[in-house]
Amino acid sequence: MTAPIAEGRALVMEFGGPSLLAPRRRPVRAVAGVDIAIRRGEALGLVGESGSGKSTIGRLLLRLARPTAGQVLFDGQEITDVPRPALRPLRRRMQMVFQDPFGSLNPRMAIGTAVAEGIALHGLARGREARDRAAALLHRVGLAPGLHGRRPAALSGGQRQRVAIARALAVEPDFVVADEPVSALDVSVGAEILALLRELRSERGLALLFVSHDLHAVRSLCDRVAVLYLGRVMEEGPADAVLHAPRHPYTRALLSASPGHPGEARGPRIILRGEIPSPAAPPSGCVFRTRCPHALPACAEAVPALRAMGPDRRAACIRDEVMAA
Amino acid sequence: MSAAAALPPLLATDALSVAFRGASGWMTAVSEVSFTLREGEALALVGESGSGKSVTAMAVARMHAGMAGTRATGTLRWRGRQGEAVDLLALRGEALRRLRGREIAVVFQDPGSALDPLFTIGDQIAETLRHLLGLGRRAAAARAVELLQLVGIPDPIRRAGEYPHQLSGGMRQRAVIALALAGEPRLLIADEPTTALDVTIQAQIMELLRDLQESRGMAMIFVSHDLGLVAEVAHRLCVLYAGQVVEEGTAAEVLAAPRHPYTRALLDCIPSRDGPPPRGIPGLMPNPLAPPPHCRFAERCAMAVPACREAPVPLRDVAPGRRSRCLRWEALA
Repeated sequence: MTAPIAEGRALVMEFGGPSLLAPRRRPVRAVAGVDIAIRRGEALGLVGESGSGKSTIGRLLLRLARPTAGQVLFDGQEITDVPRPALRPLRRRMQMVFQDPFGSLNPRMAIGTAVAEGIALHGLARGREARDRAAALLHRVGLAPGLHGRRPAALSGGQRQRVAIARALAVEPDFVVADEPVSALDVSVGAEILALLRELRSERGLALLFVSHDLHAVRSLCDRVAVLYLGRVMEEGPADAVLHAPRHPYTRALLSASPGHPGEARGPRIILRGEIPSPAAPPSGCVFRTRCPHALPACAEAVPALRAMGPDRRAACIRDEVMAA
Repeated sequence: MSAAAALPPLLATDALSVAFRGASGWMTAVSEVSFTLREGEALALVGESGSGKSVTAMAVARMHAGMAGTRATGTLRWRGRQGEAVDLLALRGEALRRLRGREIAVVFQDPGSALDPLFTIGDQIAETLRHLLGLGRRAAAARAVELLQLVGIPDPIRRAGEYPHQLSGGMRQRAVIALALAGEPRLLIADEPTTALDVTIQAQIMELLRDLQESRGMAMIFVSHDLGLVAEVAHRLCVLYAGQVVEEGTAAEVLAAPRHPYTRALLDCIPSRDGPPPRGIPGLMPNPLAPPPHCRFAERCAMAVPACREAPVPLRDVAPGRRSRCLRWEALA
């Protein structure tokens, strides 16, 4: 087994909390003890709803934020407390693609220049060579040379996302976090972007953390999937196996609630009652128990451990007899 | 159902077009949409951004009425409560106000925008009840609580006294649905009502809409870009592309055997368990305000032949209750 390119150990991230003016304010625990590892060349899908902590985990692994507790490792090196300037050389090797490419592109800069700038900034090439490389990459992601002089506002949403992908890849990273890269796009355009990511990933042996609320998108792109709920991993394993035969009641419900392909049988409908609890006041024991159709009194007592459930699979549920069915 | 079938439909739109005034004159956003809708029937308008699905739905609700720079033409024939035919596009003033809420109600994507942040949920619904049904203060307050209960808001008496910001997104959307039901409308238009919600909450709202629509025998127009979601509620589908209906039929038939390459391609964009990963649809939708003078999908269509780029393609009957705007629909059959 190869060593993970990016790894988080017992990650905890809290926001807010007591302050001078609000001494009794409870912190919001966005991530509550997550172990996660992305192997070289692997695509891991991080799936969850609002408040699951999925985006926060992506930011922690890139050290765009510093965890409240736990460790962040990149290529075997601990970077949890490395100060920002010292992270600079690593930044080239880890990149991010956001949901809204408009927010991450300079509106006044032609897209060819924007991509070339990233290349020059990291000292990979300069001048004409940087521009040539940028042009080749933009062409690779499906933007014809006629578009390279345009500014972001003159492009469609899908084209802008292609620019964002080109800019992330321009510095030849080993690891990319893509946070909901297609959720703002139309279905026909989003599917194209997913197909592009799939190709680029295998061409370049890229490790990818794909953050999404959409289990079906994950299935079409990722090798493995981790399902999050209220800052904890409920289940993880090979994407096909988890989505074919989920071993956690939350994964089952999420799968049942996701519309997916209308021509495909969806199995019995599971409609969860109630709302996602606030991450500022999560339930005791299993965080999912308040909405779980299989919850027992014991589920309130202790946080269930992520246990092995077959090769490369883990789930955090004590109702083995229900979930094996 | 047979008695209802003998009646004229609740709504018959004929060649409905909506145009907006731009710098260079009137530009048509939606052209010649025709469909009928009966009580108890759910019709989905499906399409991507710029397809004209929302513009069509909003034209039915007469949301553009009195809006400068917007023009709706064609016919919107409504069957009034006494069976009389009403021309919705001719309604003005008081008659138009009576239509909204009493006959047709709308639920939007963003529940925040439909609620006033300064009033409690209960007060907003009660105010609507007094205005639409002429209820007294106490009766309206009591009915507001009933409506909140009907849409599945737990502890409705307490919730009625809360402000919109105190409710979660899912609960806000339930409150908006309660507000829409206040006037006992005969047609509910739901425009992407779950897009802003988490998927497990979306499942709850879809179940609620389906139950309400069936139990009250309401007609529904459901606007969405998601064919998978649409399959859960719609009896019939109109698929729109660049301002035109490209295919129409029962949901089951259209989804199982599309008769337009765009519908086919859109279905292929949804990942399935056994099929190959989706490739998307190359190219861009033409600007519906300045469409090409022939088949609008031709540039992105894998089946296009030269004839597709020669003249506009009419929407034709291809089977009973099914229409397609494709010259080559038989090649899909």
